[in-house]
Amino acid sequence: MEPLLIKVIIVIVLFVITLLVALYATFAERKVSAIMQDRIGPNRAGPFGLLQPLADGVKMIMKEELIPALANKWLFIIGPCIALLTALMTGAVVPWGGPIKIGDQVITLQVADLNIGILYIFGVVSMGVYGIMIGGWASNNKFSLIGAIRASSQMISYEIAMGLAIIALVMTTGTLSLNEIVLQQDEGWANIVIQPLGFLIFIICAFAETNRAPFDLPECETELVGGYHTEYSSMKLGFYLFAEYINMFISSAVIVCFYFGGYNFPFQHELAELLGLSSNALSIIQTVFMFGKVFFFIFFFMWVRWTIPRFRYDQLMTLGWKVLLPLALANIFVTGLVMWGMGKI
Amino acid sequence: MSITLIIFWFLSFLALISAAIVVFAKNPVHSVLFLIITFFAIAGHYLLLSAQFLAAVHIIVYAGAIMVLFLYVIMMLNLNKETEPHKKPLIKFIAVIAAGLLMLTLVAAFKGAEITVVTAADPSIGSVETLGKVLFKEFLLPFEVSSILFLAAMVGAVYLSKKDLN
Amino acid sequence: MLTNKSKQVVKREMTLMEKAYLPAIFSGMFITFKHIFMKKATVRYPEQTRPFAPVYRGQHVLKIDEAGAERCTACGLCAVACPAEAITMVAAERQKGEEHLYREEKYASIYEINMLRCIFCGLCEEACPKEAIFLTDRIVPSSFERDEFIYGKDKLVETIAHPVDVTKRQTPAVLEFKKDKKHKHNLTFLDKVTKTFSRH
Repeated sequence: MEPLLIKVIIVIVLFVITLLVALYATFAERKVSAIMQDRIGPNRAGPFGLLQPLADGVKMIMKEELIPALANKWLFIIGPCIALLTALMTGAVVPWGGPIKIGDQVITLQVADLNIGILYIFGVVSMGVYGIMIGGWASNNKFSLIGAIRASSQMISYEIAMGLAIIALVMTTGTLSLNEIVLQQDEGWANIVIQPLGFLIFIICAFAETNRAPFDLPECETELVGGYHTEYSSMKLGFYLFAEYINMFISSAVIVCFYFGGYNFPFQHELAELLGLSSNALSIIQTVFMFGKVFFFIFFFMWVRWTIPRFRYDQLMTLGWKVLLPLALANIFVTGLVMWGMGKI
Repeated sequence: MSITLIIFWFLSFLALISAAIVVFAKNPVHSVLFLIITFFAIAGHYLLLSAQFLAAVHIIVYAGAIMVLFLYVIMMLNLNKETEPHKKPLIKFIAVIAAGLLMLTLVAAFKGAEITVVTAADPSIGSVETLGKVLFKEFLLPFEVSSILFLAAMVGAVYLSKKDLN
Repeated sequence: MLTNKSKQVVKREMTLMEKAYLPAIFSGMFITFKHIFMKKATVRYPEQTRPFAPVYRGQHVLKIDEAGAERCTACGLCAVACPAEAITMVAAERQKGEEHLYREEKYASIYEINMLRCIFCGLCEEACPKEAIFLTDRIVPSSFERDEFIYGKDKLVETIAHPVDVTKRQTPAVLEFKKDKKHKHNLTFLDKVTKTFSRH
């Protein structure tokens, strides 16, 4: 097969999987919130309510589309598109499993192995805020505008701490490519052992970047009606909600790749030898493990959402600038010291 | 025409047209958004020159952070075409003269230049490794001095934002 | 301090453990995690219903006797007893040949209960001397229109084909109460009724 064709197939498969996961993440969110509050959750559509996402999707599409009379029409439409686009773009550099050999052709389960993968993720994530800002501003509604402004200041503040947390990781791994980071963790320890503080800072920032509770101030329904998507209805609202869940999925995948060994699992080569698995079979098991880890982190995102109340705005800023930023800087410093002490620099 | 050339022309047109719209747009929010598109086109040019690091940082810093702040301020101030103050003829005149002088300088500077297709000798010339080595070996002093400059600017900003200057 | 339960609010500096937030967050997350395995409080309604008390006061029924004749004699005691004034009735005289329809010589040609006014107190049931009206364990269904909540005889009177069981309501205490019309409660109540009628 042509390499380009393979890439196109991988892109389409990834696209479909991402959308499916996001679709069922909405369902899982409702189920998780239900079981944590001693309820049952959606259980009417299909067996165990498994068709609920379809019902929600049909509802979203069939609902009337409203564009406020005084809204900026084009930007109002472009806003959710940018949000969904940037959310979908991030998955391109994540390695989803080990290489698969068909004949003499090696297929990597990754859309693009960029040697600046981390920077790519960072760039796309920093674009994500435009979807929210444009949509919030174009709605011509004060609540939306406040939501948009909150989103932008929150994203910028937490991007800094996030970037500094990643810098410590890059110092220890010595590469910006996600694939190499994952491969390194196959040989040695998972990065969580080496960078526990970096992981903590990163995951807190990931919560803030994806606008998830306890940092969901941009949509904060108790204060701002619906935040930046107050005026949105129908599938445009669906795009925003979808973007949030896709972001959650991708950031879980990125967390797994950065700190939890990606698609690797403990004693995988011993297991493969013991059972006499071919490398293709091992790759498939690795992909299953990858998705298992990712789903655990999606669950973790939801678990936190249904446990911790929302931060107040000044608390959010204090945490970002006065706690996480110094901690991240200290983490870089300590990492450098330890590496110097071990003679790695 | 090779595919690189097609991409080059497309990006150049995109950059120039959106840059022109930045100037001509009445609504400052539109200006900012088209400026972001311009940045993207320029980042594309960097990629064509195989300077991936520069492209990524360009997008993260300019499009991802600085323009967000621009947009933030414009949204906060709620600027729109009605509130734009009427400029005096004298100011307009001065602006035209200044812009004309700038254009004259640019035309004079580029008049003698030849259009040559520059191909990077080494495709890894813009990679992170190369850039890092260059920055921390050959240009270590300017690099560190610029960091001191940024630190001074940061301290100044914090000082200015204090409510009580005493 | 009456109950000893009030707690003095002290605003003190947080300890380092509290300032770190994370221990508190972990304990909170442990609590929510525990709830995953707890018994669910949900009642899956159409398949599963909450058990009703035998004396639950829901939608009214106008009883018929064994032969299928209406027991109500349109005395109006229920309407007078009703604190919400939800009951309206028009009395009519029984014609010849209607004996199988109405037990007494007088009957209610119109008997309406406004379910929006009704507070389901059960005073009509207590007041009824003919054991004609009872409250049952049925729930009054919701509706979009107000006029649909005015229940006429078509909805209130039971049929022979679909009798409504009210035996559960007739506990020994209720039967004792119903037997003795000179009961203190009924006495004062009857006094009130007589006064009301004499005023008209």
